[in-house]
Amino acid sequence: MDQDLGTGIPSEPTERAAPLLEIRDLKVEFPSRRGTVVAAEGVGLSLEAGEILGVVGESGAGKSTLAYAVMGLIEPPGRMAAGEIRLGGERIDTLPPEAMRRVRGKRIGMVFQDPLTSLDSLMTVEEQLVETMLTHLPISDREAKGRAVELLEQVGIPDAATRVKNYPHQFSGGMRQRVVIALAICCEPEVLLADEPTTALDVSIQAQILALLKRLVRERGMGMLIITHDMGVIYEITDRVAVMYRSRLVEIGPSDKVLNRPDHPYTRSLIAAVPPPDRRIDRFPLVEYIESAGTTTRKLDLASHWLGKARDFGAGDGPLLRLEHLTMRFLTRPSLLPSRRRWMTAVDDVSFEIRSGEVFGLVGESGSGKSTIARIITGLYRPEAGRVIFAGEDMTAMSSRKEINRLRRQMQMIFQDPYSSLNPRMKVGDIVAEPIRFHRLAESETEVRRIVADLLEHVGLGSRAALRYPHEFSGGQRQRISIARALATRPRFLVCDEPTSALDVSIQAQILNLLKDLQEELGLTMLFISHDLPVIRQMCDRVGVMQRGKLVELAETEALFEAPQHDYTRHLLALMPRMRAA
Amino acid sequence: MLLYIIRRLVQSVLVMLTVALIAFTLFQFVGDPINNMVDQDTTLAERERIRKELGLDDPVIVQFWRFVENAARGEFGVSYRLKKPVAELIAERFPATLELSIISAILALGIGIPMGVYTALNRERWTAKLFMTLSLIGVSLPTFLIGIFLILIFGVQLRWLPTFGRGEVVDLGWWTTGLLTASGLKSLIMPSITLAVFQMTLIVRLVRAEMLEVLRTDYIRFARARGLKDRAIHFGHALKNTLVPVITIIGLQVGAIIAFAIITESVFQWPGMGLLFVQAISEVDIPVMAAYLMLIAFVFVVINLVVDILYVVIDPRLRTES
Repeated sequence: MDQDLGTGIPSEPTERAAPLLEIRDLKVEFPSRRGTVVAAEGVGLSLEAGEILGVVGESGAGKSTLAYAVMGLIEPPGRMAAGEIRLGGERIDTLPPEAMRRVRGKRIGMVFQDPLTSLDSLMTVEEQLVETMLTHLPISDREAKGRAVELLEQVGIPDAATRVKNYPHQFSGGMRQRVVIALAICCEPEVLLADEPTTALDVSIQAQILALLKRLVRERGMGMLIITHDMGVIYEITDRVAVMYRSRLVEIGPSDKVLNRPDHPYTRSLIAAVPPPDRRIDRFPLVEYIESAGTTTRKLDLASHWLGKARDFGAGDGPLLRLEHLTMRFLTRPSLLPSRRRWMTAVDDVSFEIRSGEVFGLVGESGSGKSTIARIITGLYRPEAGRVIFAGEDMTAMSSRKEINRLRRQMQMIFQDPYSSLNPRMKVGDIVAEPIRFHRLAESETEVRRIVADLLEHVGLGSRAALRYPHEFSGGQRQRISIARALATRPRFLVCDEPTSALDVSIQAQILNLLKDLQEELGLTMLFISHDLPVIRQMCDRVGVMQRGKLVELAETEALFEAPQHDYTRHLLALMPRMRAA
Repeated sequence: MLLYIIRRLVQSVLVMLTVALIAFTLFQFVGDPINNMVDQDTTLAERERIRKELGLDDPVIVQFWRFVENAARGEFGVSYRLKKPVAELIAERFPATLELSIISAILALGIGIPMGVYTALNRERWTAKLFMTLSLIGVSLPTFLIGIFLILIFGVQLRWLPTFGRGEVVDLGWWTTGLLTASGLKSLIMPSITLAVFQMTLIVRLVRAEMLEVLRTDYIRFARARGLKDRAIHFGHALKNTLVPVITIIGLQVGAIIAFAIITESVFQWPGMGLLFVQAISEVDIPVMAAYLMLIAFVFVVINLVVDILYVVIDPRLRTES
């Protein structure tokens, strides 16, 4: 598998004028206590003016390292061990620090992933823009202020003249990313590096930001290097694409060709793992090229195992869960006077049923109230109005902890972020055992340990994982731990809140396959929350679409995708990147 | 904004009332105040008369209210030990403590913050490592030991600085200051250093840790990617963001300097409130103890209020739209 993949790439013709940006044979290493980690090796690519080049690959493949190497911002002790970086034919990786500083921001601009954290929250947008321009451009303070307003207008911020005086926290996520872009282009750079610029944003905002970037590149004749793990983004915006795998460049070529007729097996497996938006498949294809795809661990015979026992929860027919007129508000401005308080309605009169054994999807943009509903169902929030009826019992009317715990045992939750949802100071075995011990589901400590070992085997981690701590596992493995923990109470109902949105696409495919298998084996009922429509299509039997706290449409999955009724659903479907449409 | 300040003010008043209650109970439970005032051969009738005169036979609530009223006017009765009004005693001593504390606070902040920034920015340099080691010594050595060392070296061996007292002071009528005479200034050097060392080393470590945290954030990386100069990144962006959480601790530390000057004042026989308080404890001089308690609580409350307002000034996220 470790054959030399770099040699198959045709080198760029050298007779032409020098490309705008050229990376030659780049090698970046990070010395650490356990030996040197090579983050990029033998990477060579070039970028022309007016061109958008995508760099795609999974986390840890070395994509961001590329951008940081170009900027001369590799964090010590990491260093560029070999190679050259040329900007307009001139070598920049050997420039002294002060000269390189003048290149950053002036000739190469960079956009970061998370707009919520990339701006200094103590300075107004104007101050940050003016500061950057005055550092690089020979203009006066007044001119800079004038240009700041123009820039905000160019990146599509309405009412720029007043907004420029605002602080970052007064902008929404999408607007903040526009501000970040304005900052990156304020000194008219020749090259723009965008490191996952839309990953933290909703689909509709993502489409707007991509359109904005595309327009700016075309208008200004910049060259843009866009780094992403999202094939949809590559399809939408790039002219050419470079695929990175394990610190190496495995394939580079026109986007159309790479996406439709990939040469390298890794590229093929990567594309295969993307959930198709236009049809439903049984399982996600797993190609052996994807790391740890072969889950060869022992599967349990669930019919005879503890995990499969006591699954007769009584009355099987009728809905397992019924929500009646749920309403939940959050206080956004506290005040002594009730009349001056302001509220945000997160969930507004929502009613639906989830049938026994079905996978029910909830889809919508961030802030639409999806997660709030999940938290009300699992009892983390108390609704202001409305009822939650689980297996015929009104949970909202219950007051004793004992009663609630009895029902809670039957429902478990899997959270979005595998990094913060596991206690880092507990061993994996104890994390999984905790619910068994709490609900006293096993007779003895030996039995607890045996069950935990079996569970970890079943989710594909192996029983030896029990002795390790969460930080020793990757994101996908941690999500498997979360699943094992959720299964430990032998639940009948699973709430999955964006279970794969923090994961790479190949890992996502594995986790979704695992969830599908478990759902069938154990006859689980699932509430599956996601903003990702293709994933919803693969996973769910019925789907509810949420917008600003309201449930606007509810239909069978295929019906919803083929014949959406509500305008908002149509809008969401139109934004869905259709990779294979070409 | 206004609501925020009003709410903080109401909380401050509540804190002061609670402290007043504690100070007041001192009188109630630590012996009969009449016994502390009169001779042994005073008759019972005479004692009753004094009790009535002082209002000590009123219901407890009435007495407490009277105590609060008097405290608000700065009246805490007469010292049992010195037979002088407590307010007068404190007015005599307060300038000494305040001058000492302010000089110490300036030293602690003026050296602590730049040193914290320096050690954070030059983590690998040997000077930074040396500072960190020294700061560890500063944190772990008790104050009185540092004071005694200083006295031994600069007072006894080298005879450069006076070992006790304030030196000559200038009386401005409402304030006595040692800042205007050479001997007064000389007398300030050792006590203020002694008092500042602990706070200074704490601030160094705090600022360093917070600054290192901030330097790892995305907005600092973005600032570098924009090609800003190091000076602008370190002092314009990083330091400002560092100070937001650090201010709380610094505020409390400045309060602590004033409140815990006791040890330093004892070591250097500094004629401040701390010394007065220590003497009051040994003689069960309750009015002085109560007054000291109230004054220190007041200092803390004022500092906290200032910190809360500073927060809003520095951090725009706390300024809610009106």
